[in-house]
Amino acid sequence: MPRFFRYLTPLLVFLAMAALLYKGLSLDPKKVPSPLVDRPAPAFALPELHSPEIQLSDADFKGQVSLLNVWATWCVSCRQEHRLLMALERQGIPIYGLNYKDERDAAIRWLQQFGDPYKAVAFDADGRVGIDWGVYGTPETFVIDKQGIVRYKHIGPLTTESFDRDIRPLIEKLRGATG
Amino acid sequence: MNLLRLLVLLFCLGGINTAFAGLEKFDFSGNVDEERYKELILELRCLVCQNQSLGDSDAELAHDLRREVYDLMNSGQSDDQIVDFLVTRYGDFVLYNPPVKPDTYLLWFGPFALLVIGILVLLRTVRQRQKQTAPEISAEEQARLNKILADADAANSNSNREPRS
Repeated sequence: MPRFFRYLTPLLVFLAMAALLYKGLSLDPKKVPSPLVDRPAPAFALPELHSPEIQLSDADFKGQVSLLNVWATWCVSCRQEHRLLMALERQGIPIYGLNYKDERDAAIRWLQQFGDPYKAVAFDADGRVGIDWGVYGTPETFVIDKQGIVRYKHIGPLTTESFDRDIRPLIEKLRGATG
Repeated sequence: MNLLRLLVLLFCLGGINTAFAGLEKFDFSGNVDEERYKELILELRCLVCQNQSLGDSDAELAHDLRREVYDLMNSGQSDDQIVDFLVTRYGDFVLYNPPVKPDTYLLWFGPFALLVIGILVLLRTVRQRQKQTAPEISAEEQARLNKILADADAANSNSNREPRS
């Protein structure tokens, strides 16, 4: 029935367009895919927040599956995810911090006040390391595997829901991987 | 009055066009050509205010990235090298002029594909119209048609004979 099909074509085209545009509505244009994923963590060397004499570098990530959380005291949504970070630390997930364009005193005070979930915090005062990591909106959280390769990037505050859906299974998988 | 309004409007538009958002005072007497710098930052997209270029945006990150672009130019990097630097960190998103690659084929060639499809549909429609012959009519219909035409002729000649009275 080619004739029947011919009358149906506009409807099918319309439905296809509607499906495409509907999908577009659910995408967040603020979430730009990171070219860093599946690449080695960008090299850096930064002083630690609490003890500036200690240098932190990308080598510190090796040998474990860890998170790198980019945060700042001026970042409101960092407060929002902080409680979750504290919970993750208690669950034994190693979290490193990248304190982005912040003031040392303010950052230390913030961690004293709300708790410190980080194994160590790199202090990136001028945001240059942030640029190397493609940071454009705090908070951002990277998942880094045992070889120091970036496996995932989450933009915006972490929620329990998004963590359990996207990140926790990935961490389990990466932990199981040999190496 | 209207002319005045128009002039004011045009004046404001002119201002928008040429304003670079809070551009830093960089030193353009050395390695860095100011024209080249400004051209490049207008081609790069700010990730924070996504519909603005690096040159237009006043976002904190745009300031930092402009400084980065300036420093890279100052150290003698070419435009391509600077663009590469940003693309490896932020992805193709920073480009207002996206590269041609499998991911962007739809973007680059989609409109032409639609144009070709449109032309094909048009050609087909025109050919089909040409093929259509006048429908045959029965003797009865022909007779009725002749009568209508004859009546119309009669009416016409009547009205010709007696122009408006």
